[in-house]
Amino acid sequence: MSLNRFTLFGTLLGAAIGLGSVTPVLAAEVELPHQNWSFEGPFGTYDKASAQRGFLVYQQVCSNCHSMKQAYYRNLAGIGLSDEQIKAIAAQVDVPTIGDDGQPTTRKGLPSDHFKAPYPNEKAARAAQGGALPPDQSVLIKAREGGPDYIYALLTGYSEPPAGVKMGEGMNYNKVMAGNQIAMAAPLSDGRVEYTDGTKPTLEQEARDVTTFLAYIANPEMEQRKRLGVRVMLFLAALTCVTYAVKRQIWSDVHH
Amino acid sequence: MVGLHKSEFKNPVINWVDTRLPLFTMMTKEYGVFPTPKNFNYFWNFGALAMINLMIMIVTGIFLAMNYNASTAGAFDSVERIVRDVNYGWLLRYVHANGASMFFIVVYIHMFRGLYYGSYKKPRELLWMIGVVILLLMMATAFMGYVLPWGQMSYWGATVITNLFSAIPVVGDYIVTLLWGGFSVDNPTLNRFFSLHYLMPFVITGVVFLHVVALHITGSNNPLGIEPKSSQDTLPFHPYYTIKDSVGMCVYLMVFAALVFFAPDYLGHADNYTPANPLVTPAHIVPEWYFLPFYAILRSVPSKLGGVIMMFGSIAILFVLPWLDTSPVRSAKFRPIYRQLLYVFVVVCITLGVAGGKPPEGIWVVIGRVCTAYYFLHFLVILPLLGKLEKPLPLPESIANPVLTPIGGGPLPGGAMAKPMEKM
Repeated sequence: MSLNRFTLFGTLLGAAIGLGSVTPVLAAEVELPHQNWSFEGPFGTYDKASAQRGFLVYQQVCSNCHSMKQAYYRNLAGIGLSDEQIKAIAAQVDVPTIGDDGQPTTRKGLPSDHFKAPYPNEKAARAAQGGALPPDQSVLIKAREGGPDYIYALLTGYSEPPAGVKMGEGMNYNKVMAGNQIAMAAPLSDGRVEYTDGTKPTLEQEARDVTTFLAYIANPEMEQRKRLGVRVMLFLAALTCVTYAVKRQIWSDVHH
Repeated sequence: MVGLHKSEFKNPVINWVDTRLPLFTMMTKEYGVFPTPKNFNYFWNFGALAMINLMIMIVTGIFLAMNYNASTAGAFDSVERIVRDVNYGWLLRYVHANGASMFFIVVYIHMFRGLYYGSYKKPRELLWMIGVVILLLMMATAFMGYVLPWGQMSYWGATVITNLFSAIPVVGDYIVTLLWGGFSVDNPTLNRFFSLHYLMPFVITGVVFLHVVALHITGSNNPLGIEPKSSQDTLPFHPYYTIKDSVGMCVYLMVFAALVFFAPDYLGHADNYTPANPLVTPAHIVPEWYFLPFYAILRSVPSKLGGVIMMFGSIAILFVLPWLDTSPVRSAKFRPIYRQLLYVFVVVCITLGVAGGKPPEGIWVVIGRVCTAYYFLHFLVILPLLGKLEKPLPLPESIANPVLTPIGGGPLPGGAMAKPMEKM
């Protein structure tokens, strides 16, 4: 009888949680091939070499059009860049400020600054992009069903439109994008970025690296979160055992 | 009743306080020696778990509110700032967001326990009805909380749900304008939702207090659904049930922690990581998972007012459940047909949840409608008739003597039974 109750409890709980997994099916119309990511699973961490290459892709390609306004230059420490490197990277941009004379001026960027956006506002972005707005990349990985698999599939999903498909003006064919038409031209290609660590910059490699970088930018707390999580789970497992033993002890003189 | 309380506490300080305000006597009476049926199974953990969950939500919520910016321009960024820059802000936010889901999981199981063991039946009707009030308050709180991050689902969910009130004849549009504080979901809406979202948990706490008071008047139901007859049938709440609830709490915290630390966004919706945009409607607007069955009922009715009435009716019907179920026997253990039909009902509710998450097209419309019809059929037809038609199994004589009355009755040898009482 008590076994039955536990099974039932488990089923209900499973069903309740399972409902959540039912919902996301909605938006994904194309099968997204699953990639192996270093940051998956309860012990997953970011592949720092890959994330650093991904930063190069971001710097040389994405950042020309996409903002990443929630992230700070100091966040780059999480992918293994040194303080000196971060200072140098931040100093490459000019940040608007008010000078001592009260007049608008600019200063060199600091590690504590947010990543500089390529356009001052949405209208400027649309004007420069033929009416399309490049989405902010701070939490882009979390804002798409399928997360990293989706971004990777999108970046590698460009091709010539199949015969008979009529494309809108300035639109590009992509098998992953909803409606198969995307304003962004294929951003990556073989050799698009120059890697400094000897890795061959194939399209797939660039897509994988930039996806890892964006995953880090969207979840900079992930490694700390999982580390703490493992400790919390171990503690709770031990506490459960002790509590259950005490319960057995207290109840030992009660006859059912 | 006027006069000092005769306190039995030896400690002079406690005695001094207790004589003037008998809080310690009350706690001992209600949570120490409180006579509790000895045959609870682990389903009886979920009331305590819901209480713990409420406290977790209030504590994390207070700290989140210290860092949250309730404005359409700042809400989304302030939530991201909490996750990125506030010390352990990610923990606060993920505990709070997943805590809402955990709260509904716990409360739905708590309600299933009530349905299975007939805990809503005389004399616990009012206890059950207060519980339904808590459920309604929880739903309102959860809905308004989901609006606060000001993502796409926040905005469009708020638009869809507040628009439901426009279905009310004559005054509907005025009510919606009042809810919005304007003519669309906008900054005033976000401000009032934040204010109410902060207020409601304390209202819930008050109603939970009434729920517990009512429980301590009637005493708890138990898996056999028969009233305790003597002290042989009960145990003092402490230490027996404090420790049993602690076991349940540990397991509950493990499920909770697994979500928070390893899958914090699993139960959420990706669209809510895109800032609210009144000019772009998401492809499918869906509420959080715990509202999906009700959302399916809403969409199953072709008329807007009809759908709204059915959706609220699906919860309102719980208020009169004690009178719809005509069977004098509480526990499904002794109601073989009811037990099977209750499982069917649970499957129907879960199917409604799945249907609520699908686009309302094709087979899902049909499934949604059939399940909606069955949901009401269960309460309005099956329960009243079943109570009259079903032949319940024989009930045991007492909790301590779970021998079925007609066969081999009579008391057991007393020695073994008396032993637990020595601990008091």
